[in-house]
Amino acid sequence: MSRSDVLVDADWVEARIGDPGVVIVEVDEDTSAYDKGHIPTAIKIDWKKDLQDPVRRDFVDRAGFEALLSGRGISNDDTVVLYGGNNNWFAAYAYWYFTLYGHHNVRLLDGGRKRWELDSRELSTDVPSRQATSYAAADQDATLRALRDEVVAAIGKRNLVDVRSPDEFTGRLLAPAHLPQEQAQRAGHIPTARNVPWSKAANEDGTFRSDDELRTLYADEAGLDFARDTIAYCRIGERSAHTWFVLHELLDQPNVKNYDGSWTEYGSLVGVPIELGEAR
Amino acid sequence: MSADGCGAPAGGAPAGGAPAGGAAAGDQAVVEGRVVRAGAPVTTGYARLLGTGEEFVAEVPLGEDGGFRFFAAPGAWTLRVIAPGGVRAERAVSADYGRVTKVDVTV
Repeated sequence: MSRSDVLVDADWVEARIGDPGVVIVEVDEDTSAYDKGHIPTAIKIDWKKDLQDPVRRDFVDRAGFEALLSGRGISNDDTVVLYGGNNNWFAAYAYWYFTLYGHHNVRLLDGGRKRWELDSRELSTDVPSRQATSYAAADQDATLRALRDEVVAAIGKRNLVDVRSPDEFTGRLLAPAHLPQEQAQRAGHIPTARNVPWSKAANEDGTFRSDDELRTLYADEAGLDFARDTIAYCRIGERSAHTWFVLHELLDQPNVKNYDGSWTEYGSLVGVPIELGEAR
Repeated sequence: MSADGCGAPAGGAPAGGAPAGGAAAGDQAVVEGRVVRAGAPVTTGYARLLGTGEEFVAEVPLGEDGGFRFFAAPGAWTLRVIAPGGVRAERAVSADYGRVTKVDVTV
């Protein structure tokens, strides 16, 4: 798989607005951003309401994902182009999610909403209506998702990549700095994890750095051994989905999992080891 | 706010940053302000908080009033604003617990 198979630029998207086989989907941290203006013909998926089980902490199940995509008028043959704000955090999360349920014809708009806005490209408030489909999803691909027991067992054995900011990694903050610091769970990081903030993989305009720069970042600067399996985590898994996208999709590394339970789960588990301060 | 957002509360952080819960900082180290151009708010653009060596800390899209808000760790930071048309502006800011640091930026 190459970069062009998974990542498209704004010109590519602009040229395909209205293409019946291409569905543009906005997935944002700020779920109201779409309503203020979006890429023409784009539909919206709400990461919270649409992609999370309303009761327990988990994804919607396979049937729920099928119902969601069918209702939004997405068919199995469509090319899905995902984009969003905040440097594509939630769009990358949705990309991982679509891949998890077997929709492989999916691309990420490089730079997401930010690059589109900084380019002063057209935004629309028209909400398109798409005819319902009968979408068929696959079972979740367990090779892409890490659960807590696997993470605990991976300490000291696999690459653990903590993609949060250095202040969250060392335990000075419990949440990113654009959010109130009101979390109650323990601070710190999983022992043996390397701290490679997701932001190091992105340019200021939200686009991804070049493959060579990314390889240097993870292999040379962070000392990640690509021969070992890797688990990425953050706080609930969308910043680490951004890093999963880099490692698994752009750098074509197999055996990379995203731990979506991430720090909100790990930092609340009883009896697991936690480290504070810099990486050891 | 729920505790389950990697970078977001339930429903996501709105443009301009999450609410501070009133004018007081409480136990937070708040950095907030507005971006204006010719007296009018800049509503399309981004505020970034950077640490030493330009280390990225956080970013929010500007709000309808050109506003932004961060909940930082105590210390010295750089605030950078970027907007369409190659607009860039920077300010040095400091943050401390229990204090709201106001930074207004004219571009």
